[in-house]
Amino acid sequence: MQLVFLLEQLVNGLVLGGYYLLIALGLSLIFSVGGVVNLAHGAFYALGAYVSVEIAKYVGFAPAVAISPVLVGLLGILFERFILKRFYTADPILGLLVTFGLAMVGEEMIRIIWGAAPQPASMPALLKGPVIVGDFLFSKYRLLLLAVVAVVLVGIWYLLQKTSFGRVVRAGIQDPDMVAALGIRLQPYMTTVVVLGVGMAALGGALFAPIAVVHPAMGAEIITVAFVVVVIGGLGSFWGVVAAALLVGVVRGITIHFVPAAGEASMYVLMFLILMFRPRGLLGERMEKFE
Amino acid sequence: MEERVTTRAHIQAPVSRRTALKVGGGLVASAAIGSPSIVRAASDDIMIGHLTPMTGFLGALGEWAVLGIQMAAEEINAAGGVMGRKLDVKSEDSINPNTAATKAQRMLERDEKAFLMGEISSASALAISQVAARNKKMFMALGPRSDTLRGKNCNRYMFCTDIPNTVMVNAVGNALLRDGMVKGKKFHTLTADYVFGHDLLRAAKSFFAANDATLSGDDLVATDVTDFSPYLLKIRQSQPDVVCLNLAGNQVTNFVKQYAEYGLPFPTIGFNLNTADAWAAGPGNLSGTWPTVWYHTLQTPASMAFVEAFQKRYGKLPENHAWIEYVALKLVAQAMEETKSTDSEKLIQHFEKGAKFDIMKGREAYFRSWDHQLVQEAYPFSVKDAGSAKDQWDLMTLGTAVPGANQPLEAIYPTSEQNPCTL
Repeated sequence: MQLVFLLEQLVNGLVLGGYYLLIALGLSLIFSVGGVVNLAHGAFYALGAYVSVEIAKYVGFAPAVAISPVLVGLLGILFERFILKRFYTADPILGLLVTFGLAMVGEEMIRIIWGAAPQPASMPALLKGPVIVGDFLFSKYRLLLLAVVAVVLVGIWYLLQKTSFGRVVRAGIQDPDMVAALGIRLQPYMTTVVVLGVGMAALGGALFAPIAVVHPAMGAEIITVAFVVVVIGGLGSFWGVVAAALLVGVVRGITIHFVPAAGEASMYVLMFLILMFRPRGLLGERMEKFE
Repeated sequence: MEERVTTRAHIQAPVSRRTALKVGGGLVASAAIGSPSIVRAASDDIMIGHLTPMTGFLGALGEWAVLGIQMAAEEINAAGGVMGRKLDVKSEDSINPNTAATKAQRMLERDEKAFLMGEISSASALAISQVAARNKKMFMALGPRSDTLRGKNCNRYMFCTDIPNTVMVNAVGNALLRDGMVKGKKFHTLTADYVFGHDLLRAAKSFFAANDATLSGDDLVATDVTDFSPYLLKIRQSQPDVVCLNLAGNQVTNFVKQYAEYGLPFPTIGFNLNTADAWAAGPGNLSGTWPTVWYHTLQTPASMAFVEAFQKRYGKLPENHAWIEYVALKLVAQAMEETKSTDSEKLIQHFEKGAKFDIMKGREAYFRSWDHQLVQEAYPFSVKDAGSAKDQWDLMTLGTAVPGANQPLEAIYPTSEQNPCTL
């Protein structure tokens, strides 16, 4: 019986990992193309949640979840054009400082617009409740969430690996100077990738709003987890982030099964162990910039 | 995406002096703008330091606290102040126990506050109370509920206004006993992993032991947990009769939303709930019976007038932290008027003599001289059935006050035998 319980936690951890992935993958993508660790990623996540809760009042739950990432993604254009762009070739510490500052500005803006008190948010009653498969219990809503993540993941992978857009982005990641020499302006590609990353964060926020507290500091909560996932997976690595997100979800679930109080600490211990033996993360490449 | 060793190697230039100055200058400037108390109070104002969490997992409650105490200050000042002097209450974010202690120290030593009020976190309140005792100034802890603050860790300079954990357990416990939900039942508890939660769990366990109930599961939950799914699976695995929550702040809301999401069949009860947590859960997520110190539907003339005035002032209903901060400042102002003093020693003596205060409830409240706890009525309140709530704020039905009118108020508080406090 104990083994079944453990297996149930493992599968549940994978589902949670899928959700972490949505946030962490955007963070990793933006880092890949721009070389900036976007600490403001959490603010876009929070904004995605708030905007979806707000417009759900008028258009209903599902349309709100679809529209919110688009709106916040548009904000991502301004973010890239006027702020992020200036830090691609700057010292990494400056990019960290400015996005960290922006995260605080974002949190305060939310507090000014919506107040410090959490916003009530629910999902349609239709999506509530469990799905029981054999001995395992799943949340109907989270299975749906996992399906959305899978679609996004496949979409991003296809875009990067199989389209001409993706070829330019990948070439730009490896050697921006050569891409420029070939007469291709990287700027619009950078903007698009940032918009995608920001949109994914907002989608994560919109999807999590019905099952967690929607409050101004929610971005700060998720950015830590997303950052840990990206570091474990290896900065800039697509599959590394996928593996790390699932691993963090599973390790957290199993830890809570045995030592409930240590659940949140488990991901940091995992990060510590992995960095001890593999400083670049699971699938990360060596980066001179940080050595 | 393999080998990206040479990319951006050319930007390795160290941060230039100019840049360093710019960044440093910017940070210093923002720190200066952000720092409070640039505007000095007039010298004969009565200055009161107010600390409360405005960020973090209790931040949502802190916002209500600020609204409540500031409204009381405005009303008192509009009516001529205290002894003809204006009250000057500065609210600051206490953040965590370390920062709370540092700010308390600064408020008492440099800013020369007469005394301190506020706090919701039991851990921060404990830290502030030690600073207050060192400086021999009064600290009135308004929101914290740990028994230990009025028990093992009590001190002569600290007074506690909210109901302690034992009272919350008793307030709900009586309702549960009446409904036959305790005797012979198996409970699975989830507990906030800090001083408040541990304290509440202790009170809950002694209630269970005294009433023939057992535990089928007993999990500690870190304060920053947002995803409860692994805990929900553990609850299902342990198959309890009742799920018992000793959670705090955002934890409560996160839990109830996800409990509704997973649709587990076991009834839930909780020994700690703030109205703000209930409101934040959204319709259809919360269920069960919970304890409260005050709720806006309380039918006393003073309470109804307060609710109306608060709505007029802020355009929303007051939450229980707004209420307790409001009545606390009012009762301190009354005590200062009665003693004609802002001196901590004089106020302490006045409170210890059993001065009575109207706190808008059926019966007057007073501080117990030997543990400095404000003795007052408490209430159970239950979630309304789906569909019977008027709007998103109309979530709960307030039960009758405990203890009953025929019992002394102290019947639900720990006795001096049970409480290890020595002042």
